[in-house]
Amino acid sequence: MSDADPDVPANTGYDEWADALAGDGYYLECANGHGSLPPRRVCPECGSTDLSEAALPETGEVATFSEIHVAPSGFGVEPPYVTAVVDFGPVRITGIVPGVDGDGIAIGDELRPDVETNGATGNRLIVFRPA
Amino acid sequence: MTGVRVAGVGLTPFGAHEGRTGRDLFAEAALAALADAGVDGDDVEHLNYGNFMGALAERQGHQAPVMTEAAGLRCAGTRYEEACASAGVAVREAVRAIRSGENDVMLAGGMERMTNLSTAEVTESLAVAADELFEVRAGVTFPGAYALMARAYFDEYGGSREDLAHVAAKNHANAVNNEYAQYQREITVEQALDSPEVASPLHLFDACPITDGASALVLVSEEFAADHDLDAPVAITGTGQGGDRAALQDRADMARTPAATDAAEEAYADAGITSDEVAVAEVHDCFTIAEVMALESLGFFEPGEGVGAARRGDTTRDGDLPVNLSGGLKAKGHPVGATGGSQIAEMTRLLRGDHPNSDAVADATVGLTHNAGGTVASAVVHVLEVAE
Repeated sequence: MSDADPDVPANTGYDEWADALAGDGYYLECANGHGSLPPRRVCPECGSTDLSEAALPETGEVATFSEIHVAPSGFGVEPPYVTAVVDFGPVRITGIVPGVDGDGIAIGDELRPDVETNGATGNRLIVFRPA
Repeated sequence: MTGVRVAGVGLTPFGAHEGRTGRDLFAEAALAALADAGVDGDDVEHLNYGNFMGALAERQGHQAPVMTEAAGLRCAGTRYEEACASAGVAVREAVRAIRSGENDVMLAGGMERMTNLSTAEVTESLAVAADELFEVRAGVTFPGAYALMARAYFDEYGGSREDLAHVAAKNHANAVNNEYAQYQREITVEQALDSPEVASPLHLFDACPITDGASALVLVSEEFAADHDLDAPVAITGTGQGGDRAALQDRADMARTPAATDAAEEAYADAGITSDEVAVAEVHDCFTIAEVMALESLGFFEPGEGVGAARRGDTTRDGDLPVNLSGGLKAKGHPVGATGGSQIAEMTRLLRGDHPNSDAVADATVGLTHNAGGTVASAVVHVLEVAE
């Protein structure tokens, strides 16, 4: 096998990407400047396979949100909880906003991403905190 | 290319069928469709069957052979799964098979059992239609996803919960006389506004119910209909399908459903009509905001205008474009894998004149059905016309 090409992003999965949100978050950028999230081999916008890691802006703006009152069984987060889609420019990310209710958040609010572990499922849980 | 006729339709009542199996429900709809068509089961060459969550609800995968057997057919079957658009896709592929000349007689439809699960289990099962990594793990439920779209819509175009409540009240009013509907009762705008919040800004009466039910259609070539002297005046003249990114976060605009626009444009071109010629529509109103976005995507209203359509009376039974005269998913019910077939069954009855609400569209010759999967990551549109 040849050595890894330094110009090609590491073959990260979802978990590695989510873990990075607690520090130096990143997204994937294709040769034509489209943003997307791993795991991914192809840019969904243009089909480019020339993907590289780019720094995620430290904060994003709430694009939409909902206070959810009925959760799936075994989800691990007790309702009600707030889920938001946050716009970071090249990409948007969906996560939970702990500690607020539906009246405590608004479209346009600045938030920063973080990651926790969902104790019930063992999966990463993407959360947003005040910027 | 041969034309395709809807020779017969069959539905179970939509609602809770405690103690009955999915195969029993589908057999009821299939036998009703064959009887309505006057077609012998031995003439059916293939079953196109829609189902979404049967592996979770009844621990039954591989449902096509089970349902083929249950319906008394001696042919092969194929299950189609496209979330809430499963039966719509099953019908579309049957239309394509008949047009190609490969088949003359197809049974198409679908079934879903849901009420045997708890609300939390149904929520979990339906959430599977969202993007598992980027939405389900972030707590996005099916109502939650439409709530995200509703808030994005209000932010971009305006509109209010009261506008949405008028959609709910309209569709309940339409269901009163429909013997197949789960809720054959009216609700007021105030009742909708006062119902409990499910996922802000959506409340309980913005949402369709949890439903068991089945739908079936006998689709035949024009030549078969003529050769067998079938009374089949309604033709499927247009079919279209569109797709989009699975996760809402990846869409250019969370207040629009371009998959439905693409499906509609394909179906209109296929039928050789424009949206102006559609006299009556059955659209996928799993949530009230879904009907609003459908009306705009299908070309009936400009962006931002659909939200007031029910309130203005444009889409009520005496409006210019009656929408969801069956009661829609909202009041008729939404057995996910059966819904797309049931919309075409209801439209066929409306255009034939034997639906309880046919008098609202007595002169209609062109109808449209719109069936959406998930948060409209997939959409199927059909144009039905009175051919003779």
